[in-house]
Amino acid sequence: MFRRTASTSARALPGFGLTLGYTVLYLSLIVLLPLSALLLRAGGLGWDQFWETVTHPRVVASYRLTFGTSLAAATINAVFGLVVAWTLVRLRFPGRRLLDALIDLPFAMPTAVSGIALAAVYSPHGWLGQVLEPLGVKVVYTPIGIMLALTLIGLPFVVRTLQPAIADLERETEEAAASLGASRWQTHRRVIFPSILPALMTGFALALARAIGEYGSVIFVSSNLPMKTEIASLLIVSKLDQYDVGGATAIAVMMLFISFGMLLVINGLQRLASRRYREAL
Amino acid sequence: MGIEVEHVSKTFGSFKALDDVSLKIRDGELVALLGPSGSGKTTLLRIIAGLETADAHPAAVVRFHDEDVYKRSAAQRRVGFVFQHYALFRHMTVFENVAFGLRVRHRSTRPSNGDIRQRVERLLSLVQLSQFARRYPSQLSGGQRQRVALARALAVEPRVLLLDEPFGALDAKVRQGLRAWLRRLHEEIHITSVLVTHDQEEALEVADRVVVMNNARIEQVGTPEEVFHHAKTEFVMEFLGQVNVFRGRVRNGKAVLGELTVDYPQYRDDAERPATAYLRPHELRIERQRNGKPSFAARVTRTHSAGSLARVSLETPSGAPVLVDVSLEEFAALGLREGETVYLYPKNARIFVPDGASGAMNGDYVI
Repeated sequence: MFRRTASTSARALPGFGLTLGYTVLYLSLIVLLPLSALLLRAGGLGWDQFWETVTHPRVVASYRLTFGTSLAAATINAVFGLVVAWTLVRLRFPGRRLLDALIDLPFAMPTAVSGIALAAVYSPHGWLGQVLEPLGVKVVYTPIGIMLALTLIGLPFVVRTLQPAIADLERETEEAAASLGASRWQTHRRVIFPSILPALMTGFALALARAIGEYGSVIFVSSNLPMKTEIASLLIVSKLDQYDVGGATAIAVMMLFISFGMLLVINGLQRLASRRYREAL
Repeated sequence: MGIEVEHVSKTFGSFKALDDVSLKIRDGELVALLGPSGSGKTTLLRIIAGLETADAHPAAVVRFHDEDVYKRSAAQRRVGFVFQHYALFRHMTVFENVAFGLRVRHRSTRPSNGDIRQRVERLLSLVQLSQFARRYPSQLSGGQRQRVALARALAVEPRVLLLDEPFGALDAKVRQGLRAWLRRLHEEIHITSVLVTHDQEEALEVADRVVVMNNARIEQVGTPEEVFHHAKTEFVMEFLGQVNVFRGRVRNGKAVLGELTVDYPQYRDDAERPATAYLRPHELRIERQRNGKPSFAARVTRTHSAGSLARVSLETPSGAPVLVDVSLEEFAALGLREGETVYLYPKNARIFVPDGASGAMNGDYVI
């Protein structure tokens, strides 16, 4: 169908059929095919068994933990990532470039490394752990530890999406707000924040998606107790260890749907936030 | 006095942007700051607005209507500032852009929503954009955006209106229209205004008075006629309009400028001094014959008459280019051909003798 439209309408850029064909093939092989296999596999399970697996209390608890900690981590990152991005773009201080390079570290580090590092610092005998422990704050082996690990790996997503948006802000717009009598706070709230909100939401969505899929670092800082500190990815792995491929697939499909739904909602909100002034640009 | 600036200097690193500048602008006046880029005109405007702080100096003063505002922030000065690139809030509608200055006021002085609506609508009709109230800035043309910016600046009822190259980003036709419109608007609302521009035509056409700036200093302040016809410095002479420059010497009441020798009674000294003569293109007359009056020969290199005047480009035997404007009737009567040699008679010239022991001696040479 699209072949005909491509060949009948004259296009300025050549190779429309080739590039589109390549894109569709690539996405099919890398994304669509594995996902279809997943759905097919889960379909083999039968509806009753599928439903029973995905609504098992242990499974529901793992979903709640995974999405709860991921949302919390992404929210923390949205707030402090904004502060970090602002600092890196707007302020000039010695060591800025070093700090800027450090942001990428969680991108590059194997997640197991960040897991071990966090465990070393926050375990009851670690540097911070031995200070926090007497105060009654347990970090490692609790949901707080999971959240911490997810925050660490999600930070670069927020900072890196916000930096160009902040750098793009026109200084003159802020000066205009000031000359119109706006205080610094009013300028931030009414002028700057709405301009970078779409980028902030993108960063939030990326950090959230990354956190939901995280496995490596979490298993080091979590006690991995069923119903308490067991994340969904871990549950899938343990199902596989018990040769329960059908059960693992069912949980995976459920996660796929929830993640997809969440991204859809975030995308919709983002579109709403940016539609007004992007449409005619 | 509308705006008073005294002893204001500004340095950026090792660059001196303003060097002890003082300026008085009368109530309700529209003044243009004119100069090449880097002359300090924008810096001066931003210091008046409070967007830039001047170098610390005990005598530095910025006053609006006899009230010292030097220590106040931009937000406290109540100025209307219009930027070259509009600086509109792109996530707000035109209406909200104009209303911004009223909405951010403290609760005690903020007008009611109804009052805000009324005032914004009145301003939008003043800038002829009433039907665009619900649009976003990205949906407007450059000229419309700048009018929104102007309405937004006027909404806070500023004590002074400051415009930084407001038409600089627009194309020639739109510029021309907005210029005339701004002049009419100023006659309507009579707010003390300062306009920064590097476009001399714009400054001469719109402003009540023109402040010519160069190298961090003010060269001359005067009405458009004064600065154009009675330039006080060589810079002003060269910066405003087209001008032919002849370098030469003065001695014993005579000025020798290449092949041209004219009387210059202002300088009767025996000692020879270098001098520069400036002749506007309309201050030269073209003749085919010599008639005994001071004149010099030149060869016609190019003519063009697509305008309200005909412009003749010539070259003296020594290779110096000369421009002459003649009326279209005169041009037709002369019937000039490219390559032929004619004689040029100065009707008027300004001769500058650089400062020496006896001081400056600048004078007009009139025939």
